[in-house]
Amino acid sequence: MPDGLSPNPAALVEGTGISVRHGRRTTLRDVDIAVARNEIVTLIGPNGSGKTTLVRALLGLEGLEAGMVRRTPALTIGYVPQILTVDRTLPLDVGRFLQMTGQTDRETQQQILSMVGAPDVISREVRLLSGGELKRVLLARALLRDPDLLVLDEPTANVDVHGQTEFYNLIGRIRDDRGCGILLVSHDLHLVMSATDRVFCLNGHICCSGLPGDVSRDPAYLELFGEAGDAMAVYSHDHDHQHA
Amino acid sequence: MPDFLLFALIAGIGIAVIMGAVGVFVVWRRMAYFGDTLAHSALLGVAVGFVAGINVNIGIIAVCLGIAIGMVYLRRQRHLAEDTLLGILAHSSLALGLVTISLLSALRVDLMAYLFGDILAVTATDIGWLYGGGALALGGLAWLWKDLIAITVHEDLAQTEGVNVLRTQIAFMALFALVIAMAMKVVGILLVTALLIIPAAAARGFARTPEQMAAFAAIAGSLAVILGLYGSLFWDLPSGPAIVVASAAIYAVSMTLPLRRSA
Repeated sequence: MPDGLSPNPAALVEGTGISVRHGRRTTLRDVDIAVARNEIVTLIGPNGSGKTTLVRALLGLEGLEAGMVRRTPALTIGYVPQILTVDRTLPLDVGRFLQMTGQTDRETQQQILSMVGAPDVISREVRLLSGGELKRVLLARALLRDPDLLVLDEPTANVDVHGQTEFYNLIGRIRDDRGCGILLVSHDLHLVMSATDRVFCLNGHICCSGLPGDVSRDPAYLELFGEAGDAMAVYSHDHDHQHA
Repeated sequence: MPDFLLFALIAGIGIAVIMGAVGVFVVWRRMAYFGDTLAHSALLGVAVGFVAGINVNIGIIAVCLGIAIGMVYLRRQRHLAEDTLLGILAHSSLALGLVTISLLSALRVDLMAYLFGDILAVTATDIGWLYGGGALALGGLAWLWKDLIAITVHEDLAQTEGVNVLRTQIAFMALFALVIAMAMKVVGILLVTALLIIPAAAARGFARTPEQMAAFAAIAGSLAVILGLYGSLFWDLPSGPAIVVASAAIYAVSMTLPLRRSA
């Protein structure tokens, strides 16, 4: 469903005609998107383009002004939010963090942590983890749920370029091993383009969508990101617009 | 030991244990000002109790509940910053309570007892209320515990993982209102927040898990009650403020102890 128009029975989650308003501002307008099993869908767009809002809408966390979101029944979602801060007054180690809403034994936790490349953090305090470590721990928490759909919001913000490549490889492996659907939000265009099956380019509405190669030649994409494919890789991104 | 002192100890330690368990969430969720608002609105509850001719405890719980649940919804609207909203609620409800009570002057309400607490006047009936309500509050907290910690860390993540965030928030607010209504009797409206916050803050440096922190906060609070009552008995200090001074002293000492973990 590269044009995102026709209903897709294979989709794990599918949004049709989604519009979201925040006060007087229309954050999303008539957005169609779907993620099927065994595919990596990436959502790209500049700051304030509504990426996180769209993710929250698909997760059922955001009230819709129009449109609908359909999830397959009993869908298990693993969610890696963009930001998570543990208050410094809350004593919480990684092992405990990983079983916050589900029961898992320590051995399984350790296995998953090793798999995501954070083998030594299980006894560390969550609030003292580095940005990259925290992302891996969040991914581990999502994977421990054995999700059908994995949703990652800016998983590589604050991770260096080497770490980013590694992270996208890891996500590719997870898809291959588990066959889950993956929805990825990102702004680092180059790395994402190589690691994804389909791309949706968002700026309040879907500007264009399809295979990475097609999207990167699409006039709407070029208009949105300009010749700045390169500039986008180092394009600074701030976290001062929380939608929570 | 005279009866009044024994009753005061039983009541005070009961309150301290409950406040420890609830207080850690107030610290983690940064709800100190919210606790203060509930405490202030308790005076309006007293007035409502008198006007409606019902038990004052019921009046307090009803008003605190109303304010607490109102806050859950007002917060979701985001018209005003949360602290502004709380300031409006806290001071207007306290003032409304004071105005109403002054109109009922024939009743000769002991305002000082409500503002600063009167733990030495606690009766066996009060203790019954306290331990009944306390058991309810602690039971409710144990039931909510896991979900509450999950939403304290990240609401969206918790909801995605199946926690009913709104229901948990409302249940916690209700529980919080119940606890404030009970604690008011012991330390008074103006000092309630202190008992929620200070023992929990003192416990932070020593705890490795959320549960440990709650237990240590309960112990620190109980110690403060014992020390405060001791001071009240031997130096004739006002009991509520003496308990708060004692808990502040415990906090100060806790900051200097060597077994603190890096915080």
